[in-house]
This record gives sequence, C-alpha cells and structure tokens, in this order.
Amino acid sequence: MQTKNVMIVGVGGQGSLLASKLLGKLLLTKGYDIKVSEVHGMSQRGGSVVTYVRFGDKVYSPIIDKGEADFIVSFELLEAARWTEFLKPGGRIIANTQQINPMPVITGAAEYPEALDEKMKAAGINLTAVDALSLAEQAGSSKAVNIVLMGILSKYFDFSEDEWYQAIESSVPPKFLELNKKAFALGRGVN
Amino acid sequence: MKTLMLGNEAVARGLYEAGCSFVSSYPGTPSTEITEYVAKYNEVYAEWAPNEKVAMEAAFGAALAGSRSFCGMKHVGLNVAADPLFTISYTGVNAGMVIAVADDAGMHSSQNEQDSRHYAMSSKIPMLEPSDSAEALEFTKLAFDLSEQFDTPVLVKMCTRIAHSQSVVTTGDRVEVKKDYQKNPSKYIMMPGNAKLRHPVVEERTKALTEYAETAAINVLEAGQSNEKGIITSSTSYQYVKEVLGDKYPVYKLGMIWPMPKKAILDFANSVDELIVVEELDGFIEAHCQSLGLSPKGKEAFGMIGELSQNIVREKFDKDILCGTKVDAVIPNRPPVMCAGCPHRGLFYTLAKNKITVIGDIGCYTLGAVPPLNAIDAVVCMGASISGLHGFNKANNGESDGKSVAVIGDSTFMHSGMTGLINIAYNSSNSTVIILDNSITGMTGHQQNPTTGYNLKGDPATKINLEALCKAVGINRVRVVDPYDLNECETAIKEELAADEPSVIISRRPCALLKYVKHNKPLIVDSDKCKSCKMCMRIGCPAISMKNGKAVIDNTLCTGCGVCEQLCKFGALKKVEEE
Repeated sequence: MQTKNVMIVGVGGQGSLLASKLLGKLLLTKGYDIKVSEVHGMSQRGGSVVTYVRFGDKVYSPIIDKGEADFIVSFELLEAARWTEFLKPGGRIIANTQQINPMPVITGAAEYPEALDEKMKAAGINLTAVDALSLAEQAGSSKAVNIVLMGILSKYFDFSEDEWYQAIESSVPPKFLELNKKAFALGRGVN
Repeated sequence: MKTLMLGNEAVARGLYEAGCSFVSSYPGTPSTEITEYVAKYNEVYAEWAPNEKVAMEAAFGAALAGSRSFCGMKHVGLNVAADPLFTISYTGVNAGMVIAVADDAGMHSSQNEQDSRHYAMSSKIPMLEPSDSAEALEFTKLAFDLSEQFDTPVLVKMCTRIAHSQSVVTTGDRVEVKKDYQKNPSKYIMMPGNAKLRHPVVEERTKALTEYAETAAINVLEAGQSNEKGIITSSTSYQYVKEVLGDKYPVYKLGMIWPMPKKAILDFANSVDELIVVEELDGFIEAHCQSLGLSPKGKEAFGMIGELSQNIVREKFDKDILCGTKVDAVIPNRPPVMCAGCPHRGLFYTLAKNKITVIGDIGCYTLGAVPPLNAIDAVVCMGASISGLHGFNKANNGESDGKSVAVIGDSTFMHSGMTGLINIAYNSSNSTVIILDNSITGMTGHQQNPTTGYNLKGDPATKINLEALCKAVGINRVRVVDPYDLNECETAIKEELAADEPSVIISRRPCALLKYVKHNKPLIVDSDKCKSCKMCMRIGCPAISMKNGKAVIDNTLCTGCGVCEQLCKFGALKKVEEE
C-alpha cells in the first residue's frame, strides 16, 4: 500500500495531540508501519501547530511535505487555509469552521480573511467545512472537537465503527468515554 | 511487544532495558521527554538537576560508583556541560555512561542551530545517531555496551524530528548491571601528571573505535539499482533520501556519526560514479570524506541552514516537486503568545510603559519581546540576563542603573542566574534583577525545579528560598510583588531602580496553566462604558479582542486575572465576585 498522509493542524492548546494519538493507536492495531510527528515547545503557546500522521507498508520520512497530504484535518478555519499547499491533488480538507483570532489580528496589525471556506472551494479544494464546536458542545463538551473531527475523517477510511470505538476507548479516560463516543458519532453522521 | 513510541520515549525505554539506574538531566526542548518517561520506571532513579553541568557530573559520579548512568539535554545544554564532557572523555567510565543531546535544526524552540556532532569529534567521544524510534531504543542499549567496552562515555544524538516522532518499536526485558568501585587515582584524578598519561589512551581508543566503525552493524550499506550515484547519510536525512529515491541508488547509512570509518567510506566511494552526502546543518560527514581525499557533492547543494525535507531531496535529485494550491487570501501569522492569565504579562506591561531597558533570558517570558509588549532588548542564553545587565551597567558608568533591569525565570535563575547575581554583589554594579517566579519550569511543559518544592517523581523536596538565597549572596534589597497588581509592580520597579545599591524583585505568581491554580470567573464587559480606547489591547492578552469597536472577552480563555481591569479608565471591564 502506498503511504497515506494525514495532517492535523490547529491552534496550540486545541487538543490535536489526542487526535493523532487516537489515529496512531487505530493504525497500529491494523498492522501498518506508522510515523506520527509533532513539535513541542514554543509552538504550544497559542501558535500554529501541526501534526503529521503517515501510514503504509513502510514509512520513511516523519514529515509531510507540500503536495503530499491526502487529508488535512483542521481545528480552525484560518489554519486550514494556511496549509492548503500541503494538500495532494484530489486530497480533502476537513475543517472546523471555528475562528480563533491570532495575535496580529487581535492587535489590529492584520485582518482575519473573509469567507475562507468559499475561497478554498474556489481554489478547487475538496472541503468539508463543519461547525465541529457546536457538535462537540452537543455531545457534552467543547473539548471534544478533536473526536468530532475524527468522526468526520473516519468516513474516508475503511475501518469499522467498532475499531474506531476501541481506539477511542484506549485513548480517553473512562469517565469521558460516553461523551467522546457521542462526539464521534455526531462527526461520523455529518454529510 | 510492538508499540508506538515517541523517539524520546524509546530512548527512555532503551535506558530501562539496558539496566541504567541513574538519570540526571535538565529539561530542554526537544530532549525533555526522555527524562520524564524514564522517571516512570521504578527501577531507575531519575532527577532534574539545576543545570546540565551538574547533571553530567552527577551521571559521571554514578557511573564511577558502578551504576549505568545517563544525562539528557538539548544542544545548547551541552555547551553548559562541555567542561565535564571533555575531561570525562579522559577518565573514561566504570559502569556505562550515556549522554543524549537533542539538536533543533529549524530552531522550532531554540536560540541557535548549532550542530552537536562537532562536540563528539572535539571531545573525542563516540556518537550514535538513530533515525527513528526503533533505533533510538536499540542505539541507547548499544551505547552502554560500547561505553563499557571502550571505557568512554557515549553520546546519542537526537534531533527534533526523531525526538518528537512516534514510530513502531519492539520492546524487550531489562538487564541488571552493577560494577564494583575501585580506587584508581591515575585514571580518575585529572591533574596534569595523570592527564598526560590519559591523553594517549584517548587517542588509542579513537583508533580502536574507528576500527569498530569499519564493520559496525549500525553503519549499514543498502544496495541500489544503479551505481551512477551513491549517497552517504544519517538520521532524518536518511529517511528523506529513502522516501524520495527508494532503492534507486546505494546508500551508506551511518548509525555511528563519530568516529566515522575510513576504509568503508573509501570502498563505497569507489563503487559509485558520483558520491553525494546528504546531511542536515554543517558538512560534518562531508569534511570527513574530504579528509580522505574525496570530493563529494554536499553542502554546496544542500546548504547549512534549517531542516531538510523530501521536497529538498527531490529538487537536488532533479525530481518533480509537488505543491498544492494556494488560497487567494492573505493569511496572517499565528505566532506563539503569552497565555491568558500569564503572571508575566503585568510585569512586562509595567516595564514597557516605563521604557526600561530589559535584558531578558530563556523561557516562556521571552515572549515579552513580541508585540504588543515589545518589552525586551536582548536575549542570549540561560542566565545571560543577569550577567549581561551587570556588564551593561558597568559600561555605562552608572548612567543606565536607574532605567535597566534583568528579567529571569525561577528555573533559569537556579540554572545559571545565581552566579551572575553573585557577580553583581561582589563587583558592585547598581543593578536591579527581576526574578519571575511562576513556581515551575514553564516553557518545556511544566517540570519541577529546586524552587518548586517537588522533585521529578512528584514527591515533596527541599524548596530553595529565593529571598534568603539572594540575601545570602549579598543583595540587601529583596522584595516580593504580585504581578497581577500593576500598581504594586510599578512602585517596586521605580523604588528599586532609584535605590543606590543592587536589588532583586521577585515577581511571584504560579503559572496559570498549573492544575492546582484556581481561575476566577471571566471578566465581563460593560459595552456602554467602553470608549474604544484600546488600552486593554496593549497587554497582548489572547482573551481580549475588539468587535465593532468594543472590547470583547473570550470566556473560554479568560482566567479572571484582572490585569486588563486595572488598565480600563472607564470601568468597562469588571471582575465578577465569587459567590
């Protein structure tokens, strides 16, 4: 199998590491070679964060370069637009429509671009734009955005719902299991 | 058992399996998790030392005593520990001693891009370089065997992409190793007479290690379909090469990056038409090839700056470069910022407001340098704020005493700020030092340190009293302020700058991200009172923004610290009293 590439992008503190952990666990049970790369430190302080998940028969590079991503899962709209050059032709962006102003926007030095979802579509990008924050709140916690987005992504993979639930079970504390299962189901139900 | 492990976690597992029983480190991205993970094994004693030099010397002592030992640090940490490094090379070890150093090509979280491989060569200590988590585990174990076989400490070189990438590893069982200590003055007392006898031992050892490298199993020759080109590489660069070229050309992968083999490299070069060296940062392998009379293609093509990637390798091997489409919009940057509720914010605001020259230091608070605070003038390395301020004030013959300060965190002060403070007292510069005591090592992700009252394992520990320490080294004026109280901060800064003797202000408030820190309710905005003056925007709080000309508070971020409330002259921002 040719290596598949999934980028998970967002804003430091949004919980993207749990999403990559979940994906990693699922892929390991399927017997794939896997690399999951993240950058810690400075980037965590509310800055742009990116995690690379790669799997296949044999994975060499730990990172995903421009033009290589099969999927970009974004926790925030501006971050989705930031990384479009990394998408492979025919790839798909799954984006939470939540907007978080970066500091240059807060201080008035820059503007948050209008209608980024429309602009991405106009650029010929396959985009699934979803208000994942509302779905997460519906499931019981705004922190479950990561699992809602994994639910949306799951439709593009051949793994069974049970396999995903097992991976969720091994990635979240028992007391949050039901909430996360609900969040996953809401994401998976998105058209 | 097969499992997914971070490179750093795999080094920790390697330490455990190799029977390592003593670990002393100082945190530094991207090396920190090695020590955090190894602390989870009950069989291993693990601690945070105040700095890398102390850590390495402690690890030496443990190896001398007969226990396999380890210390880990980031690339710049090895500068701090360079003093013991060069001499432990001479003494050698008793039980094995391994040192991990993590480079940060691309400077994701560092102040420079130095290449640690030069340390291996200059200190004459062998260095292994894993290219994924499985190798991180195996090479760590091998490093202990080599350490004992060749009587030398062994360096394991990590980098951001290996340290912070998870890949599949197979774990094994732990072996126990314990050697007897025997007094051996000529080997372990490095005064000139003994050291003169040890230096030839080191040179002989390097010859033996070079011989080992010729046939070492971790230096791997991978055959290719065409001998038109041949590639020598290591670490992540190997992964990028294989990603792009597969088995098109033969690859000689160095798992041991110093010393490098001679004959094996000459044989490889002779077997291919064109020799290419692919490596990140400096031309280290390339220089070795040149010393053998070879002229490989290397740095001239790949450059010495930043990380490599598969697209860079594609470009240099004349393959198509991939790129997706750009969106028709200006995408603003999203730089890291001080968190909402960060106790450093109020202090930096006060310093900027009073136009004070600030010599800064290494930690989260370096973010006081970015807009809108712009409160820092210079940052060099751990501890340099205090010593730098002393020189700055001395050079100005007292003219800058009243308008300049040093700013340093609690952990950084313990690391190497104290000695600078002693210099201020001893050589009497009228300097004012501000210690930002947020009760944790923040930047690297919340590690304990000597001022927090807890150790690496989370157990209660001796808590260093900063006030008493500053007084003990000769500073008479020491006062504590709450950085959430802007008036208190301003009064203290003005009074201490005006005083005619050196002083220390301890700005004390725990990091807002610590689990035990209780947050207040988010502030509320009275929009009718908001006059759109944007005073509240001057502190760069990510929880505050302007919408339709009025201040808005993000309830999910605001911790209710109340710093913005003190800035609003119109009473538009209000704290909610707790019931």
